Amino acid sequence: MNNDYNFAFLDEGSKREIRRSILKAISIPGYQVPFGSRELPIGRGWGTGGIQITLSIIGKDDVLKVIDQGSDDSVNAVNIKKFVGRCTNVATTTDSEVATIIQSRHRIPETPLKDGQILVLQVPIPDPLRAVEPSERVTKQKHAEAEYSAMWLSLYEDLTKFGEINISSEYPCMVENRYVMNPSPIPRFDNHKLHNSEGLYLFGAGREKKIYAIPPYTSVIPLAFDDVPFKVENFEGKHCRLCGATGVYLDEMYSSDTGEKFYECSDTGFCEKNRGANHE
Amino acid sequence: MSAPIRDFAKRIGGQIMNKKVLSIRGLTVRYGNGCAHCKSSGTLTKNRCPICGTVWALRHADVDLYQGEILGIVGESGSGKSTLMRSLYFDFDITSGACTIENYKDGKQNIFKESMQQKRYIKNNLMGMVYQNPVLGLRMNYSAAGNIAEKLIAAGRREFHPMTDRVKELLNSVDILEERMKEPPKNFSGGMQQRVQISKALANNPEILLLDEVTTGLDLSVQAKVLDLIRRIRRDFGVSILLVSHDLAVIRMLADRTIVLLDGNIIEQGLTDQILDDPQHAYTQQLVHSLI
Repeated sequence: MNNDYNFAFLDEGSKREIRRSILKAISIPGYQVPFGSRELPIGRGWGTGGIQITLSIIGKDDVLKVIDQGSDDSVNAVNIKKFVGRCTNVATTTDSEVATIIQSRHRIPETPLKDGQILVLQVPIPDPLRAVEPSERVTKQKHAEAEYSAMWLSLYEDLTKFGEINISSEYPCMVENRYVMNPSPIPRFDNHKLHNSEGLYLFGAGREKKIYAIPPYTSVIPLAFDDVPFKVENFEGKHCRLCGATGVYLDEMYSSDTGEKFYECSDTGFCEKNRGANHE
Repeated sequence: MSAPIRDFAKRIGGQIMNKKVLSIRGLTVRYGNGCAHCKSSGTLTKNRCPICGTVWALRHADVDLYQGEILGIVGESGSGKSTLMRSLYFDFDITSGACTIENYKDGKQNIFKESMQQKRYIKNNLMGMVYQNPVLGLRMNYSAAGNIAEKLIAAGRREFHPMTDRVKELLNSVDILEERMKEPPKNFSGGMQQRVQISKALANNPEILLLDEVTTGLDLSVQAKVLDLIRRIRRDFGVSILLVSHDLAVIRMLADRTIVLLDGNIIEQGLTDQILDDPQHAYTQQLVHSLI
């Protein structure tokens, strides 16, 4: 551990302030709590919101897993893991079941969260209404009054023009029938994992200085018209070429040599564990 | 309004219109704090106070609207016509005054004192507004269908197919082809944009329709179509209409009763024929005789 820095890099006052914001976010599921986003040795927009949450809640006994688009080995994930590891000395893992804190970008692990686990998601644009309303003052007012007709209208427009809703990620969800929330850029496939989960979800947007949360056993329902059900990505008839898993989120890949199309699990930790189990 | 005029106003076209749907009392919209000089009524010759510079856009306006009636509002530019309409639609904050709607809380609640949510409910369920400038009333980059559906969604509808059926029905009623419902209004002519606005305003079967200079800027043939449409809407839907226009021909053709505004004050009101054929106030006489 690098002793030139405080435990978990941030000073204790900053961590306390962020933890207070987190507590408020947990108390009001889906509500975006403003917080004083700190400077970090990485650029804004590279996961600073998620890192600040992780650094504020991490303790010496925690086990950390960091993933980026489902991968444990991507540059972003490895660097964040190294950074947190150096200033806390906590154990790291690729196993979703062992980790107590999972920091993620753009995916929720395939293994459902258990009681006591925390998933920290990095969020670029926390406000779901930003796509339909540029003014922060107006979006705040709309959230306060639960006035989401502009959001519904954008869904209606999609259905009218294209015959389906073509939002691939960041699909807006209604939390506890009160706040519409941006679930961060996770694919639609992952949206149902937020609903009534055993674990705690924390969302941090460093550049936009907002934190919001989904506490355990919270209702999170994707917005959908009564007669047009919400649809997720369809992987029917496809499987992972490495572990053979089906019913999971798959990445589509092409062989540069043969041009052949194949699929692999997006969650590399899950795939690795699956392969180990297959071997045994 | 004086008693004889009110009694007369109840009998229009052989029908007795004794059900008041909207009642405005003492509506004042002021820009500036006002001073002792301009606050005492009757001291201003224009709507701008020469001492403190306060603009009295509308001053102590009393208006009643009866069921199925078209009430015309005329006056020169800056007389407060649009201020009256847009205050009613909660686009502007008012300074003082009260407005009650018969079918809202038994006509006992001043709608200007309601919460934002309640005001939104009134806007989306009890009123429809057509602006002079379609940009204010339509989202130019959304489809025509989306624009109309917005009003349905705002009223709490969450079924896609029934909403689309309703949108088609409304577009049909204003003679816009179903095939064009996916096009944004920015591709439409001015008359078509006004018709989309009208169908949007009618989406939730409101009992009050606010029409602000709907025919301004349209050529005569399109104007005639829109005027026919307004007449048809009144006949078919039985809505009460507040119609602002500076075109006296439009007022004569449509309005049952007419109010004349000057510098934020109501200077004359009565049956349209009475106002246009036998104007009493000097300004109304000037207005009627200044037809080109």
